[in-house]
Amino acid sequence: MAITLDQTIAHKQQSWLAEKLSSQTFWVLVAVILACIFLSFATDSFATSKNLYNITRNVTFVAIIALGMTLVIITGGIDLSVGSVLCLCSMILGVVMHAGYSIEVGIAASIATALVIGACHGLLIAYIGMPPFVVTLATLSIARSLAMVASGNTVVFQFGPDHDKLLALGGGAWFFGIANPVVYMVVLALLTGFILRWTRFGRYIYAIGGNEHAATLTGVPVRQIKVAVYMISSLSAGIAGIIQTGWLGAITTNIGTGLELQVIAAAVIGGAALAGGVGTALGAIVGAALIEVIRNSLGLLGINAFWQGCFIGGAILFAVLFDRVRKFRQSE
Amino acid sequence: MAVLELTNISKHFGAIQAVNDVSFSIEAGEVVGLMGDNGAGKSTLVKMIAGNFSPSHGTMRMDGAELVLNKPVEARRHGIEIVHQDLALCDNLTAAANVFLGREIRRGVGPFRILDYASMYKRADQIFAELKSETRPRDLVKQMSGGQRQAVAIARTRLSEAKIVLMDEPTAAISVRQVAEVLNLIRHLRDQGIAVVLISHRMPDVFDVADRVIVMRRGRKVADKRIAASSPEEVTGLITGAIEQVA
Repeated sequence: MAITLDQTIAHKQQSWLAEKLSSQTFWVLVAVILACIFLSFATDSFATSKNLYNITRNVTFVAIIALGMTLVIITGGIDLSVGSVLCLCSMILGVVMHAGYSIEVGIAASIATALVIGACHGLLIAYIGMPPFVVTLATLSIARSLAMVASGNTVVFQFGPDHDKLLALGGGAWFFGIANPVVYMVVLALLTGFILRWTRFGRYIYAIGGNEHAATLTGVPVRQIKVAVYMISSLSAGIAGIIQTGWLGAITTNIGTGLELQVIAAAVIGGAALAGGVGTALGAIVGAALIEVIRNSLGLLGINAFWQGCFIGGAILFAVLFDRVRKFRQSE
Repeated sequence: MAVLELTNISKHFGAIQAVNDVSFSIEAGEVVGLMGDNGAGKSTLVKMIAGNFSPSHGTMRMDGAELVLNKPVEARRHGIEIVHQDLALCDNLTAAANVFLGREIRRGVGPFRILDYASMYKRADQIFAELKSETRPRDLVKQMSGGQRQAVAIARTRLSEAKIVLMDEPTAAISVRQVAEVLNLIRHLRDQGIAVVLISHRMPDVFDVADRVIVMRRGRKVADKRIAASSPEEVTGLITGAIEQVA
């Protein structure tokens, strides 16, 4: 039977909706919601306001960095340094405030540190042509070492005259009892989503991940965009560091150890493709949420915490496997 | 007046003479086939017109005025558009996003400007209709056939008032039906008064669509004839060197 063009177009529009529904991010979100519903019935302590407050707050640190990481991953890169950068930025904040400076100076110093690190990554990767894995692996080592140097490897827990302001910034709940970090996360997620969808910068990030050569040929400023993306990634780690410092009220030189892997896991579970060209802000948040729900639920269900890694690893494999199966079906 | 005129153009890279004393001109609405074996100097010649290289000797004129290009962007500004051999498409973006890549339409004021999806879809749709292509602006390039991909790459050249379109092997890796589509696209460009330079290894395509054929061998122009006055056998002889040169 002959198929008219109109029929084909109608079919296309149906499958557009189907595509939204079959996106990895959507199903991970469904998994998160189902897990939450299940836990609400299975345990007495999950659906309490205190536990939800804890979960939402715990999600934020991984989620905020996953937003920056998602941009890097969309361009086809990777940033392994975020855990160490978080530690260094926290330590700079702590040391500067401990020395008697105001919170504004501390935050400025901390953010400047993050931006400088990001700019170095970007320059080495985009202009010198070094592989992102290697460059950020080096910083993974360097940044933590610098944090130890800056603090003399001690715990910083006194933050000078603005001590209380810092603790309120990270540990308070200024809006409707929602933990402050959650508010920051939502704002940053909306901002990232907006940038990716509505700005030329966002469009170029996808273009670079899709076909870097093509982007160069059509006049996209590939190098500048890459530098900006690595700066944003480090910045997100710096911001998370500042908030986490305010929440914990103390900084040791081992905070953020191994965090990079959790962040990458969150981005990948949320649908970002390490080959580049694919990823969303919502995906980063949803991926981080799934990891946190798994962690939280294991505790509540009384499963030994040693199993945590298995479940998170399983979630990574399952999410990506799901996506592969869907694509196999499509190509048939 | 010729839209593009090259006079005694040479290009050497160190001791290697890639293009040697080549002169020719192209009129508006003319399709010129540029043929030659690998290493004959076709690509170097085209890259000079596209602004990737500057000539070592000789001058280029556009509409009578001297043309000096230092960057590909400047060529574009003068109305010279290139369809690259690999098409330079991003598979993960829509057709419209690819057409407008690097030249996005935005709305808003000052630094607060956002992508104008509606305008870009509308304009891309118009261009595809003009080109008589069935390509849909919202489809991902990933899902497209070779002919549709060519249409997307060619649609880019229609964003500005192009005078010359350089096409590098546009029919190299696509099916027979899609070749016909691409040749039709070339005719549409010609009908709108655009000069097309078609670089190709495929004899039938050149004889099908071109008005004139220029043959290069070892950096020199060895033939510049009307298609009607030539034959595939003659051109093959010129490419291989069996025929030394014709007027």
